[in-house]
Amino acid sequence: MCRLFAFTSEEPLSPIHALEALDVMREGHDGSGVGLFMRDLGGPFEDLKDCPVLSGIFTEEGLRRLDLFLMDLGFMTKFKMSIRVPKTPPEGIPERHIYLIRAYECPRSWDDLPQEEKDRKLLEIRLQIRKMGEEKNDMIVFSFWPDVIMIKEIGDPMEVANYLKLGRDDLKARIIMAQGRQNTNYGINLYACHPFFLEGFATMTNGENTAFEPIKDYLLSRGITGYQGYQSDSEVFAHILHYTFNTLGLGLEAYKHILTPLQEDKLGEHPNEDFLRQLKMTCRRLIIDGPNCVIGCLPDNRLFMVQDRKKLRPGIVGGKPGLYAFSSELCGLDAFIPDRDKTKDFQPMHLDTAIVNPDRQEVITCRQTQKLPLPH
Amino acid sequence: MSSNTKITPSSLSKKDLPWQIEWDNDKCSFCGQCTSVCPMKAIKMSVSRKRMMNLSLGSGVKPSNSYETFQTIMQNTTSENACIGCAMCTQVCENHAIMPVKSDEPSKLAYHVNQGGNASTRGGRRKSNTPGVLDQIKFLRISMLTDPALDAGRHEFEMNTLLGRVLPPEENIKLLKENGWIPPVREIYPLVIGGMSFGALSPTMWEGLQMGVSYLNEEMGMPVRMCTGEGGCPPRLLRSKFLKYVILQIASGYFGWDEIIRSIPEMVVDPCAIEIKYGQGAKPGDGGLLMWHKVNKLIAAIRGVPEGISLPSPPTHQTKYSIEEAVAKMIQSMSMAWGFRVPVYPKISASSTALAVLNNIARNPYAAGLAIDGEDGGTGAAYSVSMNHMGHPIASSIRDSYLTLTKLGKQNEIPLFGGGGIGKNGNLAANAAALIMLGASGIQIGKYVMQAAAGCIGSEKDRCNICNVGKCPKGITSQDPRLYRRLSPEKVAERVVDFYLSFDMEIRKIIAPLGRSTSLPIGMSDAVGINDYHAAKRLNIKYVV
Repeated sequence: MCRLFAFTSEEPLSPIHALEALDVMREGHDGSGVGLFMRDLGGPFEDLKDCPVLSGIFTEEGLRRLDLFLMDLGFMTKFKMSIRVPKTPPEGIPERHIYLIRAYECPRSWDDLPQEEKDRKLLEIRLQIRKMGEEKNDMIVFSFWPDVIMIKEIGDPMEVANYLKLGRDDLKARIIMAQGRQNTNYGINLYACHPFFLEGFATMTNGENTAFEPIKDYLLSRGITGYQGYQSDSEVFAHILHYTFNTLGLGLEAYKHILTPLQEDKLGEHPNEDFLRQLKMTCRRLIIDGPNCVIGCLPDNRLFMVQDRKKLRPGIVGGKPGLYAFSSELCGLDAFIPDRDKTKDFQPMHLDTAIVNPDRQEVITCRQTQKLPLPH
Repeated sequence: MSSNTKITPSSLSKKDLPWQIEWDNDKCSFCGQCTSVCPMKAIKMSVSRKRMMNLSLGSGVKPSNSYETFQTIMQNTTSENACIGCAMCTQVCENHAIMPVKSDEPSKLAYHVNQGGNASTRGGRRKSNTPGVLDQIKFLRISMLTDPALDAGRHEFEMNTLLGRVLPPEENIKLLKENGWIPPVREIYPLVIGGMSFGALSPTMWEGLQMGVSYLNEEMGMPVRMCTGEGGCPPRLLRSKFLKYVILQIASGYFGWDEIIRSIPEMVVDPCAIEIKYGQGAKPGDGGLLMWHKVNKLIAAIRGVPEGISLPSPPTHQTKYSIEEAVAKMIQSMSMAWGFRVPVYPKISASSTALAVLNNIARNPYAAGLAIDGEDGGTGAAYSVSMNHMGHPIASSIRDSYLTLTKLGKQNEIPLFGGGGIGKNGNLAANAAALIMLGASGIQIGKYVMQAAAGCIGSEKDRCNICNVGKCPKGITSQDPRLYRRLSPEKVAERVVDFYLSFDMEIRKIIAPLGRSTSLPIGMSDAVGINDYHAAKRLNIKYVV
């Protein structure tokens, strides 16, 4: 099983804290890999909020090709963080040339473009780099987005953290999502590693998605740029979230209604019965069967957790104003925020979405049986 | 045959027939039940004479002979009276003295069933000796440790499917906001009783099915639907609240539609849907056929035709000359008749041209789905040559259609219903689950219903199959009161409920170990595999050995 840990903090914190919390839960994962998503960055990235940050792993040749490619497009490097690693990695971690985290200034020609257009271009460029990398096996790119850093590697999470020296002072973020144990069902491929990211939406998941095939088929046939890959059955959760917001224009409260719609008895009593009945029908191919616990992050820095209908995976949310964490297990939460009011801990059940807003003041719970805020 | 009788080309012996009657003189009580129940008059009570020799071992006594008579049960050997193996004789015999036995060599009857130049007709399914592809499909993706298998007995399952045109979500949301027209969609149980007409089926069978379906809906909460087939619908049902469980079929003969159209203003509920039949898997390219034997006063009244004439529906809808007209205009007209509140979908026979129909439907916003009927489907009457040699298997037809929809991104918009031989070897749930995972939204069954709910004994190996002439020994497909009174509608209803409930449990026993319960696993092709390399490749599923 995988283990998940995420926090949202007023103060930027090092990812090492999230990995330590994962380590407390190590009985629940096999230490086969780690994935990190960092947003609302601190340190040197604090003043570069509008600059897209490229995160990935490159060979020497790959890096050369990347530089040429981005320079040709008119990107200028604004800041780079080099992660130098010892020549010989510990056992279980592959040898890499460079883990790249680099902030760019967008081409001048983009200045007058609307934000949506810029976002679309950033996505297309990331996908093109991915394609180039796959052709020559020299580049792996996780994200190319403002205020977002992603790191993924195979190996024991703590060992990877020490090897990459992730405890360094200049690598901090206010929101971090971390996942231990990477996807072993479809062969280890870094593109199959959680968390998954698309245009500002990120998710990571615990559990196997048994309805993966029809969901994948459906997403692939939407004709939406970025709905691709699917080396992992969990990637679809990020794309369904993206679809909920960007295509359907719905909010986070609707996400759970798409993943696991209400059943007939509750649907009949719901104040938005008509709408939800139609949503259930039209989005039927996106219904998950779980068992899955999904933790996700929205472009507006909200962090949330939802469970599938069966609620067979663990998940708990707790904290104190200014610092909240989402964890697979209580022990992870205890290790990270021992001084919280534990009576306010919340374990989302089959109807719940637990949300912490960007103000980080409380855990908001939204039940599927409640009235749905609909866009006008 | 006595020695001085002419031997004609069609003179057959008992040995030449597909079924031979074995009769035990010692057990027979000569009650006559077997001969009177035999629908074919294949056996008769007979008094025969035999010569007895009186021989003496002593000298001087001349041998003599005498004649004695004895009773026997004789088998007729004319082609029109050939035994069909229905074994009703066995069923009525209290002493187990009689039974039809399949010939140990190929029957010669097949060469002589065309007496008078009439091509052979029959009911049932196409002849087949091999298991279907669906029977060979296995369910492989078993949840155990990567995720827990579910408990088929205790877990909550959402088994229903959708019948109706489902819009893309974004368009649907927009129309909801604007209060626009959204196509009607019905949430129904995925196992539908396919079109078997009032006429093809006896009144007791039809009544039993309707009662069973109503019970499943009203008492068991299972939204089971039944299609009328082409033959109209009894007027009282048209005006009752139970019409909502009925899919009305219109086909190329339009039989019964005069009555249906007239009753629209008096309907208290809308029907579940309208099925426009363009083709039937058992006899593609051929229209429905109700032979004159079955067109009695009641059937004639419901269908709006004279009594005692054969009713062959044309192979196609005569008022249409192109796919655009046939599909688009007809669907639209039918939708309009019920104020666009009722889903209307075409049913075609599986064929290599099915994808062209599907592509046309995909562009028609009023088309509520597509039902495809495969070559193993049953029929009440058809030419044997059509039944045995025409048609297309259902598995690849559904799969191709689903993958085409997936390419178009419309796999959730146009539900596919597959039928034709589902459960023909008794594996109803396994066949249905396999077809659903290949992409069907639901399943239509007909022959299986007759077999499970009413004890039809027709088979794909030349047993019975006389549905066409109305002599059904079980009273399932007969319009003769002496025959159909054998069938109790209440018992049929009970059996319908029985097999639906057991199907429901079996389908859970399949999908629960796959970790599925929240929605029907339509298109979950990663869960299935087959040990036939070419079939695996053709269906785009796993090849396993």
